[in-house]
Amino acid sequence: MEARKMAILREEDVILARQLVRKMAADMTFNLVDQTRLATAVSELTRNAVEYARSGDIRMEPVKNRLRREGLKIVVSDNGPGIADIEQAMTMGFTTSNGLGAGLPGTRQLVDEFDIRSTSGSGTTVTIVMWKR
Amino acid sequence: MIVPILKIGKNLIISIQIPLTDQQARQFQREVLEEVARTEAFGIIIDITAMDVVDSYMARILSETAIDVQLMGARAVIVGIRPEVAVTLVQMGRGLGDVATALNLEQGLAKLEKMDARKGAGHGS
Ligand SMILES: Nc1ncnc2c1ncn2[C@@H]1O[C@H](COP(=O)(O)OP(=O)(O)O)[C@@H](O)[C@H]1O
Ligand SMILES: [Mg+2]
Repeated sequence: MEARKMAILREEDVILARQLVRKMAADMTFNLVDQTRLATAVSELTRNAVEYARSGDIRMEPVKNRLRREGLKIVVSDNGPGIADIEQAMTMGFTTSNGLGAGLPGTRQLVDEFDIRSTSGSGTTVTIVMWKR
Repeated sequence: MIVPILKIGKNLIISIQIPLTDQQARQFQREVLEEVARTEAFGIIIDITAMDVVDSYMARILSETAIDVQLMGARAVIVGIRPEVAVTLVQMGRGLGDVATALNLEQGLAKLEKMDARKGAGHGS
């Protein structure tokens, strides 16, 4: 299966992105709970791109590890203001937008691998991976 | 209205059939509260059977709506949460908060009858 990429420019794209990731995960025969975890994680990350960076993009790529286990790797990146204190942003309840502050910490709970890189002033990239059970 | 609201007897039945953007979700919340005030409903059921994703934003809108409805003296029950959605919400750390839930419309209506109004979202869940 091929990698897919889409631009996240507005709130509607958050819905389209999570529908696309669910379709990919279903095609890769991820179970229903994992499809839902991935779609929910993508919803959180793409919302953050629209909300805090005005726009961003998402890339979804089927991957294999050394043991030939199949997974889906998703990268959401933006060129927004970045996050000054990542540890703080990853704390449940921390928000700068009067949100719930559950998006990033919640997403980390849902996936097998979670990596966030951000530089103040030049954007944020979050990479997640879910392996097939 | 962004989501159709049906008045059946003394209750409002609200079934979310399409995914909502954040802006639409806020509109939904506003419209539900307006309808509760306008119709002086006894209780409301929000049916989310059709929702295959409930992220932290939508979870917050749902629980806030239920709490606000109860502050208005009515009762609120959320029905039809899919098992995989429930698992995901719990794993993210918050679930739907203290909101009363039921399996389906019929059980939701039965629950409304048993609930006290004005006692906060924790009751009847
Ligand atoms: N892509 C991003 N660019 C800049 N800041 C971000 C980004 N994603 C998250 N943040 C920061 O991290 C905080 C926590 O994010 P999150 O856990 O999704 O909670 P919420 O969106 O409810 O505030 C946000 O309030 C924001 O300050
Ligand atoms: Mg967020």
